[in-house]
Amino acid sequence: MTKLPTWADVGLVPLISLTLAALVSAGVLLAIGQSPMQALTVMVNGALGSSYAWGYTLYYATSFIFTGLAVTVAFHAGLFNIGGEGQAQLGGLGVALVCLALPWPHWTIALVAAMFGAALFGAAWAAIPAYLQAKRGSHIVITTIMFNYIAAALLIYLLVNVLRPDGQMDPASANFPSGAHLPQFQEIPILQGLFQRFGADGLPRLNAEGLPMYQQVPANVTFFIAILACVLVWVMLWHTRLGYAIRAFGKSEKAAVYAGISPLRIIMIAMLISGALAGLMAINNVMGQAERLVQNSASGAGFIGIAVALMGRNHPLGIFLAAVLFGFLFQGGAALGLETDIPIELRTVVQGLVILFTGALDQMVRMLLGMFFAKKGAT
Amino acid sequence: MDFATFLQISDTALRFATPLLLACLAGLFSERAGIFDIGLEGKMLMAAMSAGAVAAVTGSVWLGLIAAIFGSLLFAAVHGIASITFRGNQLIAGVALNFVASGITVLIAESMFGQGGRTPPLEGAARFANIDLPFAETLGAVPILGPFYAEVISGHTILVYVALALVPISWWVLYRTRFGLRLRAVGENPASVDTAGVSVVRLRFSAVIIAGVLCGLAGAYMSTGLQAGFGREMTAGRGYIALAALIFAKWRPWQALWATLLFGFLQALALRPDVVESMTRVAIPVPFLDALPYILTVIVLAGFVGKAIPPRAGGEPYVKER
Repeated sequence: MTKLPTWADVGLVPLISLTLAALVSAGVLLAIGQSPMQALTVMVNGALGSSYAWGYTLYYATSFIFTGLAVTVAFHAGLFNIGGEGQAQLGGLGVALVCLALPWPHWTIALVAAMFGAALFGAAWAAIPAYLQAKRGSHIVITTIMFNYIAAALLIYLLVNVLRPDGQMDPASANFPSGAHLPQFQEIPILQGLFQRFGADGLPRLNAEGLPMYQQVPANVTFFIAILACVLVWVMLWHTRLGYAIRAFGKSEKAAVYAGISPLRIIMIAMLISGALAGLMAINNVMGQAERLVQNSASGAGFIGIAVALMGRNHPLGIFLAAVLFGFLFQGGAALGLETDIPIELRTVVQGLVILFTGALDQMVRMLLGMFFAKKGAT
Repeated sequence: MDFATFLQISDTALRFATPLLLACLAGLFSERAGIFDIGLEGKMLMAAMSAGAVAAVTGSVWLGLIAAIFGSLLFAAVHGIASITFRGNQLIAGVALNFVASGITVLIAESMFGQGGRTPPLEGAARFANIDLPFAETLGAVPILGPFYAEVISGHTILVYVALALVPISWWVLYRTRFGLRLRAVGENPASVDTAGVSVVRLRFSAVIIAGVLCGLAGAYMSTGLQAGFGREMTAGRGYIALAALIFAKWRPWQALWATLLFGFLQALALRPDVVESMTRVAIPVPFLDALPYILTVIVLAGFVGKAIPPRAGGEPYVKER
C-alpha cells in the first residue's frame, strides 16, 4: 500500500470519512422520504444560527471535549476505554457529593473542589478495569462495558434510596446550593453582550429593575476549562516523559518493556487520567447545567467521546474541532426533532456512521487515496 | 420460594435466556473464528425491528423471521467487510454498528408506522404461537418433574426450542466437523490455516454470517415471541449480556447454555424482588440484581473462577505473508 503524505493522512482521510458518513446519512434520509437539504438547513439554523444556538452547541461540545480527551489518552496507551459513560456518571456523583456537602461561599472554591471530586470518582471507576487489565489480563473493552452497566445500576440505587430528598418523586439528588452555581455565558461580563435580548422594536429588553435581559444558555465557564484540558493533555502526551512512555507503550508493548517502562504503571496511569477526564465532564453537565444529579446524567456523551477521538485523530486540536462538530450535530439533531418529522435519533445514526468510517473503515479510505496518490506518482 | 413460584420464575427465565443464548452462540461462532463481535446488540436490534415491521405489514411471522435474518445479515456483512476485508478495528466496527442500529431502527419504524418509533402491536399469525409439547397434560401428574415439564419446558414458541437445539448442533459443528476444526484454528492461528491452503477470509466470513443469522433469530424472538412488536432500544443491553455470558462460558457451547440460563434466571428474579427478599431475609435492591450478570462477568474475567482465555488470534486482522 502506498504511504500517504502527512497532510493527506491528517487532513484528507478524516474529511473523506466524514463526507462518506454524511452521504450515507443523506441516503438514509432520502430512503425514509425526507429531504437532506431541509434537514441540513434546520440543523445549521438550530445549532449555529444564533448566539442562543451557539450557547447549546458549545455546551455539548464542552462535554465531548472531556470524553474525547479521555478516550484519546487511553488510546495512546493502546487501550480502548469504552467506559467513559460510566466514568462520567460516577464523576457526576463526585460533583454532587462535593456540591451538596457545604454551603459553598463562592463558585470558584466550589469549582475547584467539585473538579477534584469529579476527577477522583471518574478515575476510581476506571481504576478497577485498569488494574484487572494490567494484573489479570482481563480485556479492558469488556470490563469497561460491564462497568458502564454497573455504574448505571449503582446510580439508580443511590439516587432512589440515598440521595433523593424526602418527599421528592423523581430519582434525583437535591438541588445544589446557590454558591455552587457556575457562571453561564450570559453571566460572564465580556460575553454577555452576545446574549442580550431585544424586543420587536429592536430595543434591548429590560427587566423590572431596568437592567438588560439576557438569553439563558447552558454553556458555562467549564468550556474554558475544557480548552485548558486540551492544552494540558497535549503538553502531557508530547512534552513530558510520562507522555512519551504512554505513547511508546501504546505503539509497542514489547519495545516499551525493553526500554524499562513498566506496563502496570503505564496502564494504571493512562486509565486514571482517562477516567479523571471523563469524570470531569460532570462539571459541565451536572454542576454547570442541571445543578443536581439526575439519572443517566451523562446521556451518551461518554460514547460520543469515542467518535470525537477517532474523528479528531487522537490529537487535542482535532478533538476540539471534532467536539464542536458533534456539538453541532447534537444541538442540530435536537432542532430536527423539534421542527421536522425527522426523529432525533438521526444523530445516533450519524454518530455511528462517523465512528464506522473514521474508526473501522479508515483503511478503505487510505487504500482508495493510496491508489490515487500512486497513480499521480507514476506519471 | 415455594415450588409454584419456582416454576413460574423458571418459565420466565427460559424465555429471557433464549435471546441471550442465540446471541451468545452467535458471538461464539464469530469469536472462535477470531472476530470479536461487540455488535451483537446492534444486530439483534436491527433484526427485532425488521421482524416487527414485516410481521406487522404482512401479518406473517415467518416473513418477519426472514426479514430479521436479512436485517441482521446486512449489519454482519458491514462488520465483515470492515474487519476482514479492510482489516479495520473489529471492536470499533462493532461499537459503530450498535449506534447505527440504535438510531436507524427508530428512524425506519417511525417513517413506516409513525407511532413514536414502535411497530404496531402484533397478534395472531404475526406472532410465534406457544407450542404445547406432547404429553404435557398427562405427565403433569408426575411429581416434581411432571409440573416442571408441563410448566417450564412446554408451552414456549418454536424459537425457544430452536435455540436449545442449537446448543448440541453448535457443539457438533465446532468439535466434530472439518469446518468446525478449521473455524477454531482460524481463531487461534490463522497463519497455520492459511499454510494448509484454506482461505482465512472465507472461513471468517462464514463465521460472521452464521453470527448474523443467529442474531437474526435472537432479534426476531425479541419482537415476535417475547414481546408483541418492536419498541425503541428493546434489546436493552442483551447483546452485551450475551457477550458477558460468552466469557462466562469461556467460549464453549454447553457452558453458554448454562451461563445464559443463569443470566436469564437473574433477569427473571429482578422482576420479582418480593421473592428475593423472602429468600434472603434482607432487602436486596433491584438495581443490584440487574447489575449481577455484569458483576459476575467481571469476576470471571478477573480470573477468580478459573481463567477465561479468549481465542488467541481474536481481534487481530489477518495479513497474509508475502
